[in-house]
Amino acid sequence: MNPAPDDQTRRATAASEIEEPSSAQTPERAPPASQLRLLGWARKNLFGSLPNTILTLLAFWLLWEILPPLVRWGLVDAVFSPAGGAASCREATGACWALMGEKNRLMLFGVYPYDQHWRPALATALVIGLLATSAVRSLWGRWLIWAWAVCLAVVGILMWGGVLGLAYVETAQWGGLPLTLGLAILGIVLAFPLSILLALGRRSDLPAIRALSVGYIELVRGVPLVSVLFMASVMFPLFLPEGVSIDKLLRALVGITLFTAAYLAEAVRGGLQAIPRGQEEAADALGLTYWQKMRMVVLPQALRLVIPPIVNQFISCFKDTSLVTIVGLYDLLAATKAALADPDWRPFFVEGYIAAALVYWSFCFFMSRYSQWLERELAKGSRR
Amino acid sequence: MSDSPVVELIDVQKWYGAFHVLKDVSLSVAKGEKVVVCGPSGSGKSTMIRCINRLEEHQGGRIVVNGVELADDLKAIELIRRDVGMVFQSFNLFPHLTVLENLTLAPLWVKRVPKREAEAIAMQYLERVRIPEQAHKYPGQLSGGQQQRVAIARALCLKPSIMLFDEPTSALDPEMVKEVLDVMIELAGEGMTMICVTHEMGFARAVADKMVFMAEGRVVEVATPAQFFTNPKSERTRQFQGQIIGH
Repeated sequence: MNPAPDDQTRRATAASEIEEPSSAQTPERAPPASQLRLLGWARKNLFGSLPNTILTLLAFWLLWEILPPLVRWGLVDAVFSPAGGAASCREATGACWALMGEKNRLMLFGVYPYDQHWRPALATALVIGLLATSAVRSLWGRWLIWAWAVCLAVVGILMWGGVLGLAYVETAQWGGLPLTLGLAILGIVLAFPLSILLALGRRSDLPAIRALSVGYIELVRGVPLVSVLFMASVMFPLFLPEGVSIDKLLRALVGITLFTAAYLAEAVRGGLQAIPRGQEEAADALGLTYWQKMRMVVLPQALRLVIPPIVNQFISCFKDTSLVTIVGLYDLLAATKAALADPDWRPFFVEGYIAAALVYWSFCFFMSRYSQWLERELAKGSRR
Repeated sequence: MSDSPVVELIDVQKWYGAFHVLKDVSLSVAKGEKVVVCGPSGSGKSTMIRCINRLEEHQGGRIVVNGVELADDLKAIELIRRDVGMVFQSFNLFPHLTVLENLTLAPLWVKRVPKREAEAIAMQYLERVRIPEQAHKYPGQLSGGQQQRVAIARALCLKPSIMLFDEPTSALDPEMVKEVLDVMIELAGEGMTMICVTHEMGFARAVADKMVFMAEGRVVEVATPAQFFTNPKSERTRQFQGQIIGH
């Protein structure tokens, strides 16, 4: 409709503050260029106000106090070469990284027979290599399941031996990083499906299944992992018939799995609750069965939502494996401790624990960063 | 139209807790018939339509769909759901799947149709709802009207003999209502048995064989559109018409 010309002029004069939107009058403009250079940035963010200035100065002072001595201790005055033995470390004022040159194999592989260390080393390298491969999205596929199956078999052969001319090594002698990685990875891999079943069970319409799931989750969450491991390794064998014994490592693995599953189940339940009711109704209306509905509609959405708490639990599980030391297994931390039992090197325990902490940290940091990437990757395109 | 009804509700009762939502609801729908259900909100019309594919369980009376009575038999319910398509007010597309994957999910897993064939069927229905070019997008990238048309296509992919529509246009922006109604009118023209809960009276006039008016959990009036709009029997119906047509 075309308003009459006088109508137009009257409108323009009467309500001059109401402008007609016109693309010709307002050309697109670039956003204002940032004026902040380094100095400007510092003035705005570091010295913007009095409290800010005080905090900034305090932080600078702390860094000045801490950093130079740390660098001096860790790098400048440190002993790196194990050639001089513990004696050269005692003379130096810095850190004794020579400890790692001397004791790395004991720390990494525990009490595994010394001349056979290449076996756990190769097994660990295989697992880490396949982990890295599985992390790449373009390589995802059914073949990975087979690769993991083969990898597990090879790792088993390498660790146990007893075939192909490899000497048999019982699980009691396993230790160090391979043990930590094995417990953590198998614990997580086995706990995850169990936790999904528990979470679904907790939301089930069937009272018996719901009660069982709730009971299990609340019971396990109510006790510390240490006591679960203790039950598994000390109490559990008492209930077995005489002559039957279950491997200690396996019992610890089962303990970790059951414990992790209970916590994971609650994270998964959080995701399930966030999925709108309509999603299930639509799946029902299409005639999908319960398991089809869960597998293809509900869980893919629910799990994507709870990647952060799930990875949180994975990280926690990874670090909790260090508790198996109380049932006499030599994981990475216990092996480090054992390596430090040597009276010559005992004074340098700080360096030993820093090294062990770095190993834990690098795996956990990888998991954390990977989960952030995974979240972004899976959110592509499907944002609501 | 054949004589034996494909959907029959006989004295259906349902309660939410102590609240009696469906009171003696009876309805019979013949093959190819288009039934439009209307009524004020809270009148139980959505609950009634959702009982037909067992999204809600009725607690009294009988519901028979295609000669099968709805009871606790899970297999029977799954069979009925394959043959009864449903379109929801809030679309309920699966946001983590592309449009094409939304459409092929049920044919692949419920009917075990080979993938190639399922995709061909899906594309055919996407063309019928006039959005084949969106097949590889995610639902979140489409407009409301487009999403609802995808939802209709998704339901049609199982080749149902009955379609239920639960307020399909109520969540749409006004300018998108028509594109969805056009698809529904076209579907009606092809002889599909349809039960629609809707307030779109223009649509009702155009396609309905039978109008059902519900209030307070009861079926108040069943009439032809001609009767319903010109000469409703009950006072309650007249009042309702005054409210929705007057605005």
